[in-house]
Amino acid sequence: MAKKITAPLTPETVKDLRAGDSVLISGTIYTGRDLAHKRLTDSLKAGEKLPFDLAGAVIYYVGPSPAKPGQVIGSAGPTTSYRMDAYSPLLMEKGLRGMIGKGNRTPVVLDAMKKYGAVYFAAVGGAAALIAKTIKKAKVIAYDDLGPEAVRELEVEDFPAIVINDMYGGDLYEQGVAQYKKD
Amino acid sequence: MKEIQFDAIRDAVAKLCIDANCLLGDDVVQAFEDGLKIEESPAGKDILNQLLENEQIARKEMMPICQDTGWAVVWVKLGSGVRVQGGELYDAIQQGVARGYTDGYLRKSIVKDPLRRVNTKDNTPAIIYTDIGPGDGLEIIVQPKGGGSENMSEVKMLSAADGAEGIKRFVVDRVARSKANPCPPVIVGVGIGGTFEKCAMLAKHSLLREIGSVHPDPFYADMEKELLERVNKLGIGPQGLGGRVTALAVFVEAFPCHIATMPCAVNINCHAARHKSVTL
Repeated sequence: MAKKITAPLTPETVKDLRAGDSVLISGTIYTGRDLAHKRLTDSLKAGEKLPFDLAGAVIYYVGPSPAKPGQVIGSAGPTTSYRMDAYSPLLMEKGLRGMIGKGNRTPVVLDAMKKYGAVYFAAVGGAAALIAKTIKKAKVIAYDDLGPEAVRELEVEDFPAIVINDMYGGDLYEQGVAQYKKD
Repeated sequence: MKEIQFDAIRDAVAKLCIDANCLLGDDVVQAFEDGLKIEESPAGKDILNQLLENEQIARKEMMPICQDTGWAVVWVKLGSGVRVQGGELYDAIQQGVARGYTDGYLRKSIVKDPLRRVNTKDNTPAIIYTDIGPGDGLEIIVQPKGGGSENMSEVKMLSAADGAEGIKRFVVDRVARSKANPCPPVIVGVGIGGTFEKCAMLAKHSLLREIGSVHPDPFYADMEKELLERVNKLGIGPQGLGGRVTALAVFVEAFPCHIATMPCAVNINCHAARHKSVTL
C-alpha cells in the first residue's frame, strides 16, 4: 500500500519514510539536472537568491521531452542521479529534503541525507510516458536557455516513487540486491 | 545506377527517428512478458508491468517511451549502384534527424562541445556509420541511444592469455558495477577483437540484434547464454531493486584480432532498446 505524501516535505514526513516504502507524491516539485544544479550551487556560493524556495523542497532529476500541443509536458522519466552528487549536499544544507531520480548515490550524499534529514526516491526509469500522466501543470521558472535542462515547477498528483534511501541509512538497492544475488 | 532522391532519404530518416522513439520493438515487449514469468521479486514484477503499460501509452499517443530520446546513431548500408539525387547523403541524414526530433517533439540532448555544453537545439549531429558494398539498395537504421546506459559502458584491452574467461569476467563485472544506473533490465552488447575503436563499434552494432535471436556461431551462442545466466545471478533486477531479470539479452560480436591484442567493449543499453530500419 503506497503512502500518500505532499511536497514540499515536512520534517515529520521525512521521518516517517523508510527505504522500500512506495509513495504517491502530490504537490509542488522542481526539476533540475546537471547544468541546473551547477547554476543553483554557483548562486548559493555567490549569496544570490534561488529561483525557488529550498525549504522542504523536492527536486526531480528530469529533462522532459517537449510537450505536444495539448499536453502538459512530454515524456518525463528520471535521469541517473549520481551526476548530481557533487551538488546535492550543499542543497540539502540549505533546505532540500527530497530528491527523485534513479540509480545509486555516493556515500557523501547518503551522509548528508542523514545529517540534514532528507530522502532519496526512485521513479521508474524509462516509464516516461506513464509518469507524465501524473504531472498536472508545468512551467519553466529559471534557466530557459538550457532547454530540456531548464528548471521547471511541476504540480504533481499521485506521482509514483519508491524510497531508496531514508534518513536513517536504509538502502533499498543494497537490501534488494542482497536478497536476490546468487553465488 | 539507381537514383534515390535527397528528400526521400531525409523524410525516411525523420520518420525512423520518431517511430524508433515511440514504438518499442515487438521483441522487447516479448522480453518484458517473458521476464514477468521468471521474475520472483514483487517490485521487479511491478516494474515490468509498468514498462508494458508505458509502452502502450507511448504507442497510442505517439510520445517517446523515454524522455531521453538519445543520440541518433545511424547505420547506413549503401549499395555502390546507388546515386543520391539533389544533394549529399550525409546532409539528407542530418536534416532528417533535425526534422524528426523537431516535428516528433523528441528531446534535443546534444551539446555542441563537451566542455562548453551549449545545446545544438535539433539533436544533430547524428553519428553516421557507413558500409559500402555491392547492389543498388540503401538501408538506413536509426538507433537512438540514451546517455544513462552509455555512461555504464567501457572498453578494456585484454590479452590473449586472459582467454574467454577473462572476457566473461569483464562483462559480468561491468554489469555488476553499473547497478541500478543504466535502467535495468538491460541489453548487454559485447564487442571482441578488432582495434580499440572497432570493438566499441562492434558492441554498439550488436545491440541491433533481435532479442531471442541465437548467435550463428555455436561458440558465441554458448558464450551469450552463459553470460546472460551469470549476469542474471547478480540479483540487480528491474531498476536495481533486486530480482532475477537484470538483463534481457547479451549479444556478442567478434572480429579478427591483432596477435598482440584482445580488446573487449561492453556497451550497455537500457530496456528502451530502440532501433528502426528502412530500405530505399
